[in-house]
Amino acid sequence: MTTLLQLSGISKQFGGLSALSDVDLHIRRGEIYGLIGPNGAGKTTLFNVITGLYQASAGQFEFNGTRYLSCKPHVLAQAGIARTFQNIRLFANLSALENVMIGRHVRTQAGVFGALFRNKKTRNEERAISQRAEELLRYVGIAKSSHTLAKHLSYGEQRRLEIARALATEPLLLALDEPAAGMNATETESLKTLLQAIRETGITVLLIEHDVKLIMGLCDRVAVLDYGKKIAEDVPENVRNHPAVITAYLGASDD
Amino acid sequence: MNIFLQQIVNGLVQGSVYALVALGYTMVYGILGLINFAHGEVVMVGAMLSLTALGVLLGWDVSPLLALPISVVIAMIGCMALGYSIERVAYRPLRHAPRLAPLITAIGISILLQNLAMMIWGRGYHPFPILFENSLHTFAGAIINDIQIAIILLALIIMTGLMWVVNHTRLGRSMRAVAENQHAAQLMGVDINRVISITFMLGSALAAIAGLMVSANYGLAHYYMGFLLGLKAFTAAVLGGIGNLRGAMLGGLLLGLIESLGAGYIGDLTGGFLGSNYQDVFAFFVLIAVLVFRPSGLLGERIAERA
Amino acid sequence: MSRRSLRDSLRFGLLATLLREFYTMNFFTKHNSRLLFWLMLAALVLLPFVTDALLGRGWVRIVDFAMLYIMLALGLNIVVGYAGLLDLGYIAFFAVGAYCYALTGSPHLAAAFPTVFPEGIHLPFFIVLPLAALVAGGFGVLLGAPTLRLRGDYLAIVTLGFGEIIRIFMNNLNAPINLTNGPQGISRIDPITIVGVSLNSTQSLFGITLPSVHLYFYLFLTCTAVVVFISHRLERSRIGRAWMAIREDEVAATAMGLNTRNLKLLAFAMGAMFGGVSGTLFAGFQGFVSPESFSLMESIMVLCMVVLGGMGNISGVILGGILLALLPEILRHSVVPIQQSLFGKTLIDPESLRMLLFGFALIAVMLYRPAGLWPSRLRKRELQSDETAETV
Repeated sequence: MTTLLQLSGISKQFGGLSALSDVDLHIRRGEIYGLIGPNGAGKTTLFNVITGLYQASAGQFEFNGTRYLSCKPHVLAQAGIARTFQNIRLFANLSALENVMIGRHVRTQAGVFGALFRNKKTRNEERAISQRAEELLRYVGIAKSSHTLAKHLSYGEQRRLEIARALATEPLLLALDEPAAGMNATETESLKTLLQAIRETGITVLLIEHDVKLIMGLCDRVAVLDYGKKIAEDVPENVRNHPAVITAYLGASDD
Repeated sequence: MNIFLQQIVNGLVQGSVYALVALGYTMVYGILGLINFAHGEVVMVGAMLSLTALGVLLGWDVSPLLALPISVVIAMIGCMALGYSIERVAYRPLRHAPRLAPLITAIGISILLQNLAMMIWGRGYHPFPILFENSLHTFAGAIINDIQIAIILLALIIMTGLMWVVNHTRLGRSMRAVAENQHAAQLMGVDINRVISITFMLGSALAAIAGLMVSANYGLAHYYMGFLLGLKAFTAAVLGGIGNLRGAMLGGLLLGLIESLGAGYIGDLTGGFLGSNYQDVFAFFVLIAVLVFRPSGLLGERIAERA
Repeated sequence: MSRRSLRDSLRFGLLATLLREFYTMNFFTKHNSRLLFWLMLAALVLLPFVTDALLGRGWVRIVDFAMLYIMLALGLNIVVGYAGLLDLGYIAFFAVGAYCYALTGSPHLAAAFPTVFPEGIHLPFFIVLPLAALVAGGFGVLLGAPTLRLRGDYLAIVTLGFGEIIRIFMNNLNAPINLTNGPQGISRIDPITIVGVSLNSTQSLFGITLPSVHLYFYLFLTCTAVVVFISHRLERSRIGRAWMAIREDEVAATAMGLNTRNLKLLAFAMGAMFGGVSGTLFAGFQGFVSPESFSLMESIMVLCMVVLGGMGNISGVILGGILLALLPEILRHSVVPIQQSLFGKTLIDPESLRMLLFGFALIAVMLYRPAGLWPSRLRKRELQSDETAETV
């Protein structure tokens, strides 16, 4: 398997506070990669660096064979990294369908000219956008709510909508920030099925999660962060038995 | 006469007023994360109330020495009531609404106050009565009068007092706690609504004093004075770092200096192309420059958008 | 079918449909939108005549101004309603458009540059209009650029500052070179001329007399129609969706790959262009411009139109524009007489009453009806929940 994302020596400081120090990360194409760690370990910071919301203070960032010096979120989305948010950030007053259609923005072209004259090319593009968006809503299982405003969807539906919106950008890497947070066991189980299905289509998945069971059951490889440092990166079984991990994290919170 | 020193004196006087008004913006921002657009109008109402009270008291032959403090207190009480009501009516119901909503209601309140003031006090200028002999002092080539000295001193005393309240009292501690983390403060037993109300009232009381100062300094007040003053004081707050009390004071003084020096020298700098009638433009340019190059202001912390 | 019988059946069908629709109170449903369109067009074409006959010529002028305001409000709606950028200095672009025409369509510049323009500049209207739109759009980008990184409330204050700066410059750029003529403003602006016909004259067409205000009405109506069309197309396009995404959540929007910088600048530019067009028409219609017409209160009035009508909804914004443009006139004709008869004197002048009402309206709408008087299509569609609204 070839490398999709390669981070080397990533550090991030906030003022005097070091949130990440010298983190290497290497995600292979087609795998489900888990990122865990105790609270405050720097998972979300790393996640935000990967998706461009934060700029790393130091380190190298290579994605899909290209090295990025300054990683703006929209540039990375264009390059093929799509994300969801821990505390769900949908376009609340737009319908579910429109949310997904906005995900198509980065893969489509129509500008002001197309909007005003609505030429054939634009019409075809628009049709393709809404068709693809409907497909994706069906794919994540919320097609019946396509005309509901995002804010009126149920919690589980909102999580799924975020995934559909991210998939609409045709990502190579789908980065999910605690997708199972707040879900019950059944919902988590169906999320697991969904993520496996997504991986089957060739999309690489990066997952931050508190639910260790989900991570262990789903991921091909897992990295563990503690105090802004990576203390382990391996297949789940090995990580589970890694002494540093047990002291730092699993020993304390795994049941 | 030393022009440079004279402009510094004028700038410090003006800056003290800006600082007092800026404190009102910055306290509310620190606690609610919201720009109280109507604050400038509160200053105007303060000026009008104190002028009216002064007029009535002087009409009753109350000695100026007594009339001035009484009218200040009346204006402060009036403005505190106003500040309290503004928060209750325009901001509290919208605390969890999208950001635009409280901003738009604030603009509404602004217009409302301005036009109510115009109806009550008329369109004309209200002269500030002559209470004492306002003697002039020459100081190293610059002239400063009693009113200006009083403004600077009073502003200093008030700001020191405010710093003491915020840093050393129970109320101040609650205010800082709410500013830091509303939710946590609530869990610790702080009555958030009460703290927010008090903050608005405190800011409005300062605004009332500032209003009196402005009208005493210029010798007049009118219904439209709050708009530009508010805008400039807001600029001062941003310049110093909004949410930061010391920043508001620093920003106020700095802005006063920038304005008066700018107005004094712009003619020379542009070879006579732009004159001192562009004085009001400086504040805006300062505001834009700060927001573009250092949005956190001089003393502020970096405000990162939270993911 | 012969043409005559076609026309007859059409006429018949029209009547029948009308009756049926009124009977079933189903007038505004989708399938007869074409009928509605023609009816509205007819009503609009007749509007100046009806107004003239019922209320007098002065009211036609008021209706003309209302059209200018609608254009302004639709322009601001792009910035505030779609992209969610609260612009409090929007009237500046109206001013830029107006001064564009004032400078390039009047003898004014003869005084400043007697050798270059001995007669002033007199560019024809059809050149000035796109030019002014471009210049205003340029100003939109110029003033928008420094505000890109600012959050909503900061943006509001900075744009407000920009509006004031532009007004201060208009007020003071009469020296050392007299560009704007300062507070006196620029007068003797050329009337708008279209295909050789000056709109400041009375024309007659097929025996119908068309006074100047009627001619301007039809010009403004056409321009408003174009602005509505552009707004509508933008709203339902990839660009419009992107703007709304930024309005809803900027962080999520960039994460979805939207280049928010360019999209915001585009919104500023489009909004400013509408403002510029409206300003040009205003200058030609008035024949006179001065900084007084471009105060902060005007910006706030346009904002009121957008907020009151319903941010992001074209019909709502038009409604807001009509209501607020007519309000001062209605007040003028009602407030004074009512007070005179009640108290024997005028206690509150209509102008301040209008501003008071604006203030109240802004607060009340935000507190009780944040979506405006005419909520946008999304809420409606959610109520309908069938798919009819989606397929156009």
